[in-house]
Amino acid sequence: MADYKYHILICGGTGCRASKSEQITETFKNVLAQKGLNNEVQVVVTGCFGFCEKGPIVKMLPDNTFYVEVKPEDCEEIVNEHLVKGRKVERLLYVDPENKQRVSDSKHMDFYKKQLRIALRNCGFIDPENIDEYIARDGYEALANVLEQNNPAEAIETVKKSGLRGRGGGGFPTGLKWEIASKNHADQKYMICNADEGDPGAFMDRSILEGDPHSLIEAMTIGGFCIGATKGLVYIRAEYPLAIKRLEIAIGQAKEYGLLGKNILGSGFDFDLELRYGAGAFVCGEETALIHSMEGLRGEPTFKPPFPAQEGYLKKPSNVNNVETFANIPVIFNKGWEWFASIGTEKSKGTKVFALAGQINNVGLIEVPMGITLREVVFEIGGGIKNGKKFKAVQTGGPSGGCLTEAFLDTPIDYDNLLAAGSMMGSGGMIVMDETSCMPAVARFYLDFTVEESCGKCTPCRVGNKRLCEILDKITEGKGTLEDLEILKNLSQVIKDTALCGLGQTSPNPILSTIDHFWDEYLAHVTDKKCPAGQCKAMKQYIIDTDNCIGCTACARGCPVGAITGEKKMPHTIKQELCIKCGACYAKCKFNAISIK
Amino acid sequence: MKQDHIDKIKEICKHFNNEGGELINVLHQTQHYIGYLPAEAQELIAKELHISVAQVYGVVSFYSFFTMIPKGEHPISVCMGTACYVRGAEKVLDEFKRLLNINVGETTPDGKFSLTALRCIGACGLAPVITVGEQVYGRLAPDDVQTILDQYKN
Repeated sequence: MADYKYHILICGGTGCRASKSEQITETFKNVLAQKGLNNEVQVVVTGCFGFCEKGPIVKMLPDNTFYVEVKPEDCEEIVNEHLVKGRKVERLLYVDPENKQRVSDSKHMDFYKKQLRIALRNCGFIDPENIDEYIARDGYEALANVLEQNNPAEAIETVKKSGLRGRGGGGFPTGLKWEIASKNHADQKYMICNADEGDPGAFMDRSILEGDPHSLIEAMTIGGFCIGATKGLVYIRAEYPLAIKRLEIAIGQAKEYGLLGKNILGSGFDFDLELRYGAGAFVCGEETALIHSMEGLRGEPTFKPPFPAQEGYLKKPSNVNNVETFANIPVIFNKGWEWFASIGTEKSKGTKVFALAGQINNVGLIEVPMGITLREVVFEIGGGIKNGKKFKAVQTGGPSGGCLTEAFLDTPIDYDNLLAAGSMMGSGGMIVMDETSCMPAVARFYLDFTVEESCGKCTPCRVGNKRLCEILDKITEGKGTLEDLEILKNLSQVIKDTALCGLGQTSPNPILSTIDHFWDEYLAHVTDKKCPAGQCKAMKQYIIDTDNCIGCTACARGCPVGAITGEKKMPHTIKQELCIKCGACYAKCKFNAISIK
Repeated sequence: MKQDHIDKIKEICKHFNNEGGELINVLHQTQHYIGYLPAEAQELIAKELHISVAQVYGVVSFYSFFTMIPKGEHPISVCMGTACYVRGAEKVLDEFKRLLNINVGETTPDGKFSLTALRCIGACGLAPVITVGEQVYGRLAPDDVQTILDQYKN
């Protein structure tokens, strides 16, 4: 960042782009050009800042002012006030929800205070399309050192000692994985990156790919050198066009700088990187399925062993890691394994990125040290539950995970504690639910996902999950029986024990964990035919209170199926047999005359 | 199939050296060009890559990104990721289904709109989110659906 006096950083992540951040960038450039300031102020489009709830975000350097919910029409005022007159635009600063004070520096915001950014270190700081900015922040230094020392075994040892574990879900020690792959000899080996982020509600890999693509390239090259692979492949979701574009640009720049290709930095080591596109299949997160998909086949998993480290892509030894895991690698070399291992808990080192979403005030991407408690994440960083409602559960681990209740709020988050609590780390989706979430319906939502994503190869997953889903349908439609609950439990256990791959083996987790923690809610659906959260349509009844109804006819006019009848200025009634429970009448009524039972 | 489609598919296959292992890349480019993957296109690809039609169909039907139905002029995708789900995406999806009178995976008879449900576009801060073509709409309620459709009806 050379001679400019000021920098305007604008979030170019998907969330902010959806709310016009590209237009903001253009407007800033125009306004600066008009005022002849374009040689003093640089406009930089960065990766995700993480605070998606308040996007689009604009950050001013060097004073670190953090403007939230900026609109294109605010740009001129920011230039005039902030840059020309040196006064902050107060109305665009973040307001602390507790003390209502305006906070200008992001470092003092609750959302950022407890975060520690390692994997996301460059997201929101650098222009991801400019390799020089990555290099200016120690980029490619780790690669240069590893190549200079020319000792793959020692480099693997460094990763092992750091305690880094796979961030894609499994939590397998990364260094150990590399060591195994390095010991298998072949004429060709492959270093593979799993960038097929499929967990609904998790988008950290996307943010790293979009915000800091060079860290992935650097780490994969280091990994390739360590295991003896000269080819790297990134398996990336076709639904992430921006990530693909940024990665392609980064690969081109790295090649130009001699950081990819033949004889990297004069070391004699060759490494090339290619992209392979996913086509929307969750099961491809499983490494054997991913490899088959890269070979142009259906993404069906196969039995392990043989492990990819023995027989992977095109039957050659291959090593698969996910994006976030790779993003940690350069820092481990730059700052030393001792530093990395000093963060976190006994068996889970470093940080984890979570996609904090759902019914919470501060939705966004956060990176926190392992061992932080759920309470700190939800109530401090997340700012608590939306609309003052009551906390009910946090779902972690996506479709393979489970729900954590209030009882776990003070448990330190790491791989082992989450497993012990009946959930899992997964790729880091963290969906917060309030009292209006119906747990059997949430379980059905995940099962629906699994049924759709099951590859169909093994019977427990293909048929068993379908049956589970049907039973949950029955329960949420108010037709369930106590016997169904027993079948649900037994069948879940059978699928867990007998399915072929990780997807199938973990698919009943959302059911088992909600049954464990919210048994009463299942019982209420089955025995009382009631949904305590008031979510299950079939068990809902809209009723007009004749005392309050003045006969304004607004509800009858709003009803899409003509289920409401009544004379003008006389109380109306809802014909329950016609009602589709869409809630339109409830929304239309201005006299509080319609209630949900 | 139109001649220019046939020529283009052959060109795509050739670009990937007519290798069976490149099937998914070939399908991506073909779908990008034609908009969907009709049976005839799959037969041609099988022939060009020297693999069976069954293998091509097996792959097309396996991955949700590939479609054998032409998309509408304005393809609507409703995000059904968990974050959107807990903030009411299902109600938004239901409203689209009701107003367009089609189900997920279908296209309206006039070819104007098609409806798909997708998993997480990574804009959870704006949940619930939909896309119409490239345009993203966030923080929606069922009431907004009609307004959005009206913009594209003209």
